[in-house]
Amino acid sequence: MSGMTFTMLDATKMSTAEIYGKTLCDLGDEHPEIVGLSADLAKSTKIGMFGEKFPKRFFNVGIAEQNMFGMAAGLAKTGLVPYVSTFAVFTSMRALDQVHTDICYQNLDVKMIATHAGLSFGQAGTTHHCTEDIAIMRSMANMTVIVPADGIETAHAVRAAYDRKGPVYIRINRGFDQTVYETPDYGFELGKAVTMHEGSDLTLIACGATVWRALEAARMLEKVDGLKVRVLNMHTIKPIDAEAIEKAVKETRRIITVEDHTTIGGLGSAVAEVAAGTGKSFSFKRLGIPDCFSIIGLHEDLLAHYGIDENGIAASVREMMGKDFEADENWEDEV
Amino acid sequence: MALATEERKRLEEKAHELRSLCVDTVVWAGSGHIGGSMSAMDIMTILYHKYMRIDPKQPAMPGRDRFILSKGHIGVGYAPVLADLGYFDKELLKEYNHTGSPLGMHLDSKKVTGVEASTGSLGHGLAIGLGMALGARIKGESWKTYVLLGDGECDEGAIWESAMAAAHFKATNLVTIVDRNRCMIDGPTEEVMALEPFADKWRAFGFEVIQADGHDFDSLAAALDKAALAEDKPVVILADTIKGCGIDFIAGDYKWHYGGFDGEKTAKAKESLARYREARLAASGAKGAK
Repeated sequence: MSGMTFTMLDATKMSTAEIYGKTLCDLGDEHPEIVGLSADLAKSTKIGMFGEKFPKRFFNVGIAEQNMFGMAAGLAKTGLVPYVSTFAVFTSMRALDQVHTDICYQNLDVKMIATHAGLSFGQAGTTHHCTEDIAIMRSMANMTVIVPADGIETAHAVRAAYDRKGPVYIRINRGFDQTVYETPDYGFELGKAVTMHEGSDLTLIACGATVWRALEAARMLEKVDGLKVRVLNMHTIKPIDAEAIEKAVKETRRIITVEDHTTIGGLGSAVAEVAAGTGKSFSFKRLGIPDCFSIIGLHEDLLAHYGIDENGIAASVREMMGKDFEADENWEDEV
Repeated sequence: MALATEERKRLEEKAHELRSLCVDTVVWAGSGHIGGSMSAMDIMTILYHKYMRIDPKQPAMPGRDRFILSKGHIGVGYAPVLADLGYFDKELLKEYNHTGSPLGMHLDSKKVTGVEASTGSLGHGLAIGLGMALGARIKGESWKTYVLLGDGECDEGAIWESAMAAAHFKATNLVTIVDRNRCMIDGPTEEVMALEPFADKWRAFGFEVIQADGHDFDSLAAALDKAALAEDKPVVILADTIKGCGIDFIAGDYKWHYGGFDGEKTAKAKESLARYREARLAASGAKGAK
């Protein structure tokens, strides 16, 4: 992968945020116009690595996110390219007016790398969970929304964000992510889903932390149940890969979306918007956090609690496969 | 340094023209934020006609000074300033607020040439201006950023986040000006949400505070000259102003935050502005004779 100064082996030893920090340092060498901002979370988000390397191009604004995103807009207006990092919950809610009006409305080149997303900061409690950000961010005009599945994909996304004009929101987790790729050269392309597992019985569409879980579920279902489950890594939520969704609807007729996010407005909704337009009948389910404030606990446990770990996903697949929906007399194949 | 008589007269005449054009714009628009436009007009006039390094023929000139209208609701006051300078065709003002017009209540930087930032949600402009000022510093450029805040806007917590940061980062190439007209939508600032001791608040946040009369060009010039010498602390100019300044039947009345003029009121406003011009010129002449 161009510009990557670490190997896959290194990547497995680094947290996702560390890979982000390292990638941003490399990008900073290549592009002197990149500047960094954080709000007293330079260490946690790892943008501090950039700050240490380029102290004159880095601003720690203290615990003041509204000012930070406004400043980022001002910096972008001078031709600089700000990368801004704080927790996802503060990026998407605390400073949303600034993100909306100062950055998106003016279509400015500000890259928001939001960490501790979904339930990944599970033990911190619900104030630090962020299960609404995909819904919020994808509703902003001009915004690009990326949810990388692992560290390597994060590195690709952070680089792709630089090349993509306008505001970009990248949502990553706290801590380590399971590696889903064997090589960095899998052909990351913004807006193009990656087929992680081939299948024709049903398609699982996942993003972020749930990609590895969906993949594990598909492997297990193949071995145990003999099911052929397609797994799509929908790393870009906006612009979404409509072609991959339409193909999955037509070829597998059963779709389950899985996300570490509320089932309202996120990946599942984005997929539904496209799928509903195909004119095909299909069976559909959205997995994620239901309409509630999430409980406290370890990320892994919480994913299991909400049925979005490998076992929960497998159970939903089996349930859908068990439904003989095609025998339903109201089933209309074509509209 | 006091202004030369000719320059003072030039600014007085320009401010009068712009106030008058603002009244016309409010009529064309149907209604608008007339009170806050009139209170800020002398500040915008002296910035655009004396202090700012700009070229309306090259609106994107890299070395230009930047102006951020953080109190973005006074588009009916700001658009005439830009149109008069030739940033865009004055005729466009006649379509203000019309469906499909580039000009609306809060000006859009993507649609209106000369507008540096889309504002309107209050409390945002100082952060944007600070980002610009720090951007200039990183790039080694010498242009200045001027941010005009409303006083009621200073209720917003985001303003104080930015103030703290401006002092922390020693943004001396940023000049903050507050249009202290003491009025907000629901009443006088001190009744709705007290700002005083306002100067002390800015000082406590690390600013050098310069008090000015926002309707006296000598006072504003002295403040802006002093601001240019900032070395260690960022500067805020607290400009005492009168909401609706120049139009006697609305002046000082918070209820004229927003409104419209019928034919009769328009004529009265124009007559009042003419009298106000005479009074200002007379005062200005007296100063010049000193």
